[in-house]
Amino acid sequence: MPDFGYTLTKDRQLDYDRGDFRFISLVRSMEPSLDLCMGCGSCSATCSAAGFTDFNIRKLHTVIRRGDVEPVKTELRKCMFCGKCQLVCPRGVNLRNLILAMNRAIELLG
Amino acid sequence: MAKSVIVIGGGIAGMTAAGMLSRQGFEVTLLEKETETGGHVASWDRLFPDRRKASEVLEFTAEGMHTVHVAKGLSITGISRQNNEFTVTCGMQDAGSGMKPQFTSNAIVLATGFDLFEAGKKEEYGYCIYNNVITSADLEEKFKSGKGILTAEGKAPKRVGFIHCVGSRDEKVGNLYCSKVCCVTGVKQAIEVKEMYPDSVVFNFYMDLRMYDRNFEELYYEAQQKWGISFIRGRLSECAENPDGSIVIRTEDTLTGKPLKMTVSLVVLLTGFVPSAGTASVTGMLGLMTGTDGFVRSEDSHLKNNLSGIPGVFLAGAVKGPVSITEAIADARAAAALTSEYLRESGESHA
Repeated sequence: MPDFGYTLTKDRQLDYDRGDFRFISLVRSMEPSLDLCMGCGSCSATCSAAGFTDFNIRKLHTVIRRGDVEPVKTELRKCMFCGKCQLVCPRGVNLRNLILAMNRAIELLG
Repeated sequence: MAKSVIVIGGGIAGMTAAGMLSRQGFEVTLLEKETETGGHVASWDRLFPDRRKASEVLEFTAEGMHTVHVAKGLSITGISRQNNEFTVTCGMQDAGSGMKPQFTSNAIVLATGFDLFEAGKKEEYGYCIYNNVITSADLEEKFKSGKGILTAEGKAPKRVGFIHCVGSRDEKVGNLYCSKVCCVTGVKQAIEVKEMYPDSVVFNFYMDLRMYDRNFEELYYEAQQKWGISFIRGRLSECAENPDGSIVIRTEDTLTGKPLKMTVSLVVLLTGFVPSAGTASVTGMLGLMTGTDGFVRSEDSHLKNNLSGIPGVFLAGAVKGPVSITEAIADARAAAALTSEYLRESGESHA
């Protein structure tokens, strides 16, 4: 059959009812300060990796809280672990440990 | 003879102004349309940010006005002013009695306050259509009843969604302004739900969180840190009901840039302020100016915010727009101080 190029577009919607919350539960148990995030974007604004890639740490830790774990593995590799995000966070979220916790959660959950 | 004041509106602002003027020796009459004074505060259970009982504030204020003549169940049908004397004509709320009480005074304090936005006007949110969509005022009534916060099916709520800015910052319902206290009310009520149902999961859907006053931001911090309440930035687009009565809400999670769908057991709409029907009617009778928001315009928003532009008519509380209870009390005291000054000065000049 000829390929006309028609495909089903993947749903972009965050469906909270079908979310995977094992990842975030584990991450939160290791770094509860993430609860204090107010979404200001200081972390992603100062991010060293964000200058060279499309890495957005704020978006990443927000989507995992909505139950979307799919982007974690590929995204987290872009982090340079410089720790500037943690220095600027006005709510004192321990972002370096958060990133370590996310890596640890990937190891544990596969 | 003591100079006299009529305070129109027996909510917290009117009660405060009436009490203060009465204690200064003026003859004060408080006119209230309902059968009881207390206004909106009377239907509130606990107050932000410290969650003290609303009844304590009301009792304290009521104690301060035992020398005030209170006339309840009245609707004002006319106000006239002649030689610095005001005459307020009333009709009884239950028509047909034939009585037309009249009151005269040397000054008027206007404290006709606000009404809550009718949430049913946002039809897409399903208030009055879906049983598990309630307002912040309904929730407060449930808190007050002490019977718990159950869904329409009589179950403890598993997930609760608070919707900020209902009827506020929304030109589609004609209200461009921010009602300013709904944000902190949403945070307070979210905490109270978690307190009652620790296993429930609570979400607040907001556009901005305006934690403008002292200890508000701290309450928001507590909501996140101690109670694990989630704040999702995005305005609700619509609610839909599942066969089991639960509600599907759709919004954009604007911080991830993705549409979001979620099932909740209960939706709480944080309804904003609109000028009260009494404010609209009395404003017309006195010929006062209103802003585009429908609230009364003061002579000068910085320096003469309690002056109406008509000598002898003073403004107190939410008649000028959304205020917290703390602000309504402070504003009513300021209005009372200026009323008192006016009466003393006009007394000297006419002596």
